[in-house]
Amino acid sequence: MTSHSRLLGLCAAPAVAFFAAFWLLPVVRLFALPAEKGWTTYVAVLLDSRYLHSLLNTLGLSLAVTLVTLLLGGVVGITLARLRFAGKPLLLSLLTLPLSFPGVIIGFFIILLGGRQGLVADLTEWLGLGRTTFAYGLTGLFLGYLYFSLPRAIATYTAAASAMDAQLEEAARSLGASRWQVAKDVWIPELAQTTLACGAIVFATSMGAFGTAFTLASKFEVLPITLYNEFTNYANFALAASLSITLGLITWLSLFLARHAAGPAAAGA
Amino acid sequence: MPHPRQLPLLLPALTALVSVFMLAPIALSVLAGLVNNYSTGLASGLTLRWISEVLDVYGSTVAASLLLALLCVGGSLLLGVPCAYALARSRSRWARLFEELLTLPVAVPGLATALALILAYGQFSSFRQSFAFILVGHLVFTLPFMVRTVGAAFRRHELLALEEAARSLGANFGQRFMGVLVPAVLPAIVAGSLMVFTLSVGAVSLNWKLHTPLTRTLPVGLADSYASMRIEIGSAYTLVFLLVILPVLWGLQWLGHLIEKHHGT
Repeated sequence: MTSHSRLLGLCAAPAVAFFAAFWLLPVVRLFALPAEKGWTTYVAVLLDSRYLHSLLNTLGLSLAVTLVTLLLGGVVGITLARLRFAGKPLLLSLLTLPLSFPGVIIGFFIILLGGRQGLVADLTEWLGLGRTTFAYGLTGLFLGYLYFSLPRAIATYTAAASAMDAQLEEAARSLGASRWQVAKDVWIPELAQTTLACGAIVFATSMGAFGTAFTLASKFEVLPITLYNEFTNYANFALAASLSITLGLITWLSLFLARHAAGPAAAGA
Repeated sequence: MPHPRQLPLLLPALTALVSVFMLAPIALSVLAGLVNNYSTGLASGLTLRWISEVLDVYGSTVAASLLLALLCVGGSLLLGVPCAYALARSRSRWARLFEELLTLPVAVPGLATALALILAYGQFSSFRQSFAFILVGHLVFTLPFMVRTVGAAFRRHELLALEEAARSLGANFGQRFMGVLVPAVLPAIVAGSLMVFTLSVGAVSLNWKLHTPLTRTLPVGLADSYASMRIEIGSAYTLVFLLVILPVLWGLQWLGHLIEKHHGT
């Protein structure tokens, strides 16, 4: 038995050593760093109005993106699970394709849509409304975040809605439930766990997203950009460390809470 | 099987709208990368000029990005598969703790991990500026996916019986591991590799330098040039990304389906 456990230890050793050296150790250092500039550095995000503003911006944007993503992703997922039409597998694979796109490309897409030479500008000019641009403000950022969040939600909801028990819905209908009642009493409870898990992932991804915001160089400042500026432009390492601790704790906590609220049934998912 | 009954019209309409929002930028950027002049549109004629310009400037980063993703898959296989086995078989508290810790790099933004790595190892400038540094960052991030996917497969009950049978027939650990266990979890290994590859490519893409966006040596940044350069070049750049990445992704996916069919799991 002991030789067996030694064998298991040997199997795990390379991964443990690698992880300890390249994640645990650096992160412990990161946690220690703000202390060099005094303990208040840890809560700089709350004390300095500029950082607080950036944090609130990021939280608000991520929450809004999460809600809209869940709503649209749920609608598209349920629809795609129900409808049968030629080309559905192709559409589904195209809709989930952007999962592999880097944030920078998504930022560029938003520029294509809402930049100075963008599609929407052409459209509004044609309608005689002048050239409308939205890429470099809050709208552009919101749409960019929506763009990289939707594929995950669509894929998750399509899978979950396809696996839904059709008999429950049949029973509800035969008992005279209206469409709205079916949605409220059958769909929403059945998709609750999916919604919780997917929502937490979307929220955490939005909080930490860098590439899209960086490409759009938006006037609406989000925390990852603030952090990047502190490090790159001002070489303020302690503060950058403090901001990344804040950011990391928020994303970790949201995922952790979702996992525990979802209960043991979803723990394996 | 859900009944194909009619849905309220709002649902398909919204689905169509979302599809347009998701697909229009892709179509637009493919088109814009191929026309002579974006503002004149198709009338200006088609050209491969922008693509060749992108390949001239960024060609080496495309290759580097693919190489990085492949190395990342290799590394996560070497580190992750034995570790997944150990975690699946061990009943110790430490194993559970490590499993929990291992998922943390996924739960915190890549930016935080990158900053931690730079602050810890930044002073070793030859390591800091090397390819290995980026590889390490990617491995930390992708390892949990491999360990989880393969670990779930190792936990299957019939595998325990299979392993026991091989042991009672006198197979040593190496024979059991390579001859029985690894073939049995091959579909999971392929699925994990696909995930690692996608993540590695998506996290960095062609401009793999951006993965450590906190480098001070980072020039104004590719992203910056994205915002300021000609729309045709930006589009061609996206097109090159699609042309390079998609076949590899689809090839790996196809391989996964093939193996799954063969092994019937």
